[in-house]
Amino acid sequence: MKQVKTNMAGTVSKVLVRTGDQVRAGQDVIVLESMKMEVPIAADAAGKVAEVKVKAGDFVNDGDVLLIVE
Amino acid sequence: MRKVLIANRGEIARRIIRTCRAMGIATVAVYSEADRNLPFVREADEAVEIGPPPVPHSYLNVEAILAAAREKGADAIHPGYGLLSENEAFARRVLDERLIFIGPSPEVIGKMGDKLTARRIMEQAGVPVVPGTAEAVSEADEAAERAAQIGYPIMLKASAGGGGIGMQICRDEAELRQAFQTARNRAKAYFGSDAMYMEKYVERPRHIEVQIAADRHGKVIHLLERECSIQRRHQKVVEESPSPFLDDAARQRLFQAAVKAAEAVGYTGVGTVEFIVDSQKNFYFLEMNTRLQVEHPVTEEMTGIDLVALQLEIADGKPLSLRQQDVRPLRHAVELRIYAEDPVTFLPSPGTITLYQPPCMEGVRIDDGVETGAQVTPFYDPMIAKLIASGATRGEALQRAREALRAYLITGIKTNIPFLQKVLEDEKFLQGDYTTWFVQERAAKPER
Repeated sequence: MKQVKTNMAGTVSKVLVRTGDQVRAGQDVIVLESMKMEVPIAADAAGKVAEVKVKAGDFVNDGDVLLIVE
Repeated sequence: MRKVLIANRGEIARRIIRTCRAMGIATVAVYSEADRNLPFVREADEAVEIGPPPVPHSYLNVEAILAAAREKGADAIHPGYGLLSENEAFARRVLDERLIFIGPSPEVIGKMGDKLTARRIMEQAGVPVVPGTAEAVSEADEAAERAAQIGYPIMLKASAGGGGIGMQICRDEAELRQAFQTARNRAKAYFGSDAMYMEKYVERPRHIEVQIAADRHGKVIHLLERECSIQRRHQKVVEESPSPFLDDAARQRLFQAAVKAAEAVGYTGVGTVEFIVDSQKNFYFLEMNTRLQVEHPVTEEMTGIDLVALQLEIADGKPLSLRQQDVRPLRHAVELRIYAEDPVTFLPSPGTITLYQPPCMEGVRIDDGVETGAQVTPFYDPMIAKLIASGATRGEALQRAREALRAYLITGIKTNIPFLQKVLEDEKFLQGDYTTWFVQERAAKPER
C-alpha cells in the first residue's frame, strides 16, 4: 500500500487515472494547478490504483494524500 | 481624476498607490478573502473585499469590481498588469459606467490581444513580423502543410494566449502532429478559443522591448528599450536597460518600429512593443502589451520618469509634457523578479513568510507585496517582489544587485534568490552575451 502525496498546495486540475488502473512508477497520475502553473504529480511506485482521494476542483495542501496504490 | 480604484493586488497595487499619493489622488483597493491582510489593502485610502480567493470570483469578477467603484465613488480604474488589464470587455464595461479606464481604448486592446489581427496591422504598417501563418489553423494536416512552407523549427501558439501558456516548439512534422491537438485543447480550456497559429521559431533569439507613451492628442514617444531575454517557462526573470547587445543603429531602428506600431494601431497610454531579435540584429514584432509592464521600474530607474504618473496624466486627457529629447538613459538599471518557487525546479512554493527583510541600499529599489507573516497563497502569480538596482555603469548596477540579493532575507517559503545569484555570477551574463536560451543552457537543471 503506497500513498501518493502532494508536495505543494494547489487545486486539482485533472485526475489522470481511475480506481483499478495499473500505474508505472513515475507515471503522472494527478495534475495540480498552483500559482498559475500546472504541475503533474507522479506515482512513485508501480501498482494498482486502490483509491482516488481527490477530484478535479478540490483544493489540496502540502502533504495531502491524493491516491493510494497497492 | 480624484479617486482611482486599483483592480489588482500585491506589489503593483502598492506601486500605483505610491504615485497616486504623490499626485494627491485618492485610492481604493479591491481584494479577495485570501489577501485581506496584505499591505496593499491597508495602504489604500479605502478597500473593498470583492470575493473568495479564486480569481474568477474576485480579481476577474467584473461586476463586483464595478460595484466597489460605484460604492466608493471612484472616477477611474487602474487595471495594473495581468488579470483584467488586457480584457477588452472589461475596458468597455468601465467606460459604460462613465469611468475612466487607465489604459488604451477597448478597440486597441482587442486588436492587440488577438495575435493574428496584431500581426496583420503591423505587416501593413511596415513593422517586421516573424514569417508565419496569417490565418488561424484548425487541422493538423493544414498545419503540417503550412509549416513545411514556413520551414522548421516552428512555434505553435494559441491566438488568444499569453504568459507562455499554449506555446510549443516543433522541430519536425512528427512533433507538430503530436503537439497540435493537445495544444489546441489546452488553448480552448485556458483561453476559450482554440484558434492556433504558427510562426518560424527564431533560434537563440533575444527578447527586447520598447516602452512607448502616447497621449490623446496624437503625440507618440518611446522611452527606450528593455532587454528581457532571461526567462524561465517563457516568463521573464531578469530585465535590464540599456541592452548590452544592441548598437546605436539597431537601437534607433527598433525605436522607430515601436513608434510606428503604436501609431498604426492608434495607441493611447503607456504600452510596450515586444520584439525578438536574432543574432544578426534583425528584429521582428512579437506582440504589444497594452498596459503597464511588470518590468516598468527598469525604465523608471534608468530615465527618472514615473510611468504610472504618465498613465494617469494621459488617461486624464492631458497632453504629454515630455519631449522625445527629454528621454535619456541616465543610469543602467536591472530588475530581478523574486518568485515564491523552488530555485532549481521552479515549482511553486506557497506558504507563510516567517521573516521578510528586504535590503535597504543606495541605488536599490524594492517593489514588493508581502511582509513578515504574509501568506503566499497558491491562487495567484508566484512573483512576490522585484529588486531593481541601478548605477552609473552596468557593472555598478550588477554589483549593487548582487549585494542586495545577499542581504535579502525571506524565510518560511522557498524563493528563486539562489537562482538569481547564479545568474548574476554567470560569466556569459556578465559579458552581456545571453539569449532567451540562457536559463535552460546555463543556469538550470531540466524541468520535469
